[in-house]
Amino acid sequence: MDFKAMIIIMMSAALVNNYVLSQFLGICPFLGVSKETKSATGMSVAVIFVMLLATAVTWPIQVFLLDRYSLGFLQIIVFILIIASLVQFVEIATKKYIPALYNSLGVFLPLITTNCAVLAAVILNIKENYTFMQSMVNALGAGLGFLLAMVIFSGIREYTENTDPPESFKGIPLTMMSAAILSLSFFGFAGVIENMFG
Amino acid sequence: MDTIIIAVVSVTAISAVCAVILCAASKFMAVKSDERMVKIRECLPGTNCGACGFPGCDGYAAALISGGDVKTNLCAPGGAAVLEQLSGILGVDAGDPAVKTAVVRCGGGDLQQKKKMDYKGIETCMAAKQLFGGEGMCAFGCLGYGDCQAACPGGAICMENKLARVIPGLCTGCGLCVKACPNNLITVDDESIAVAVLCKNMEKGAVVRKKCSSGCIGCKKCVRECEAGAIAVENNLAVIDYEKCTGCGHCAGVCVTKSIKLLAHKDYKI
Repeated sequence: MDFKAMIIIMMSAALVNNYVLSQFLGICPFLGVSKETKSATGMSVAVIFVMLLATAVTWPIQVFLLDRYSLGFLQIIVFILIIASLVQFVEIATKKYIPALYNSLGVFLPLITTNCAVLAAVILNIKENYTFMQSMVNALGAGLGFLLAMVIFSGIREYTENTDPPESFKGIPLTMMSAAILSLSFFGFAGVIENMFG
Repeated sequence: MDTIIIAVVSVTAISAVCAVILCAASKFMAVKSDERMVKIRECLPGTNCGACGFPGCDGYAAALISGGDVKTNLCAPGGAAVLEQLSGILGVDAGDPAVKTAVVRCGGGDLQQKKKMDYKGIETCMAAKQLFGGEGMCAFGCLGYGDCQAACPGGAICMENKLARVIPGLCTGCGLCVKACPNNLITVDDESIAVAVLCKNMEKGAVVRKKCSSGCIGCKKCVRECEAGAIAVENNLAVIDYEKCTGCGHCAGVCVTKSIKLLAHKDYKI
């Protein structure tokens, strides 16, 4: 598999098809945990971590179990099951062996269990017929895109926090509008990747 | 029929594998958590004020458990009740609760202090301070827009004639107002102190006189009158040494500008 294709997959997952801002997946943490850059970064790192792990586990299961016995219809239920137990396992393991990481990820790790961006990443990997390496690169790109969106948006929110908007814009409306404008700006990436590498 | 059997069997198998792994993990990787931590956390007030010097109530609880020289009397909002509970859980002597109260070190409100302008800007002390040090003549004094009042979680600060006053019965001594004051006028002291110099102006007496009627002019009358020798004048400002102060209140009586005041927090009724 050549290097260029990998770059294209990663860049398009991170920028053009940004999971949060272009595909509107994982909106809950995007709005919920983006009040401070620090916690937004923590959440995103946890998401990257879980996305990579989940891809590494679900890809073999899809290929060697579900495809072989034509059980494609079980995909979602099996993947949810696996992601949930995986997150739980990672939580126990980090608590024991890397307490520093456990403390910094804190409450975000269990939250990821139900994050649809993770499920979307593993399902889209299968849908696009990626190889194992391609799937991993796609998951990494998706995670990095999530990090990018979270960090930018938390920066915007930290800034708007200190402004004095009209009464009716305060709080949620302002957050929603800035999210919409940010999402619009990400559509500007469409076509950039194709022209750069194609 | 075959498909459904395979589906059921494979999902069951996958869940069983996951369950076994999780069970094993929780058994082999279990982390012992101290049950005292939960108890201590329950009896702390949970305001996360930081008066104890640790990051929040969780931080104080963790520090208490970790042993070392952490005392149980550091929780100012909790007071004696929390001190007793903490000492009970940890099995140490209770000792005295260090009861603290905030003191606003300025006596120059609207009535005493002359104005140098008519300030019409944003009504916070921080904003007023940015504009030539506020509207009052004195650059050291209370700005009067109540940043400390807004910071106080217990509603223990009131504004009287543009001067912050601490309501002693309500003050827990958490010290959040200390950080809020842009002129650093508020100190947290032992509740046992009887008198305080309510002025921070370090300019010469004649200059202070022109700006404020209740500022310390550094005349040293209190220094001469104090029988315990507890008062000194440093930087044109009287300073009381509370180690020597007997709390007789004589200095407050003789002070020319009434900048030394008897503090009312002992017999204050709400």
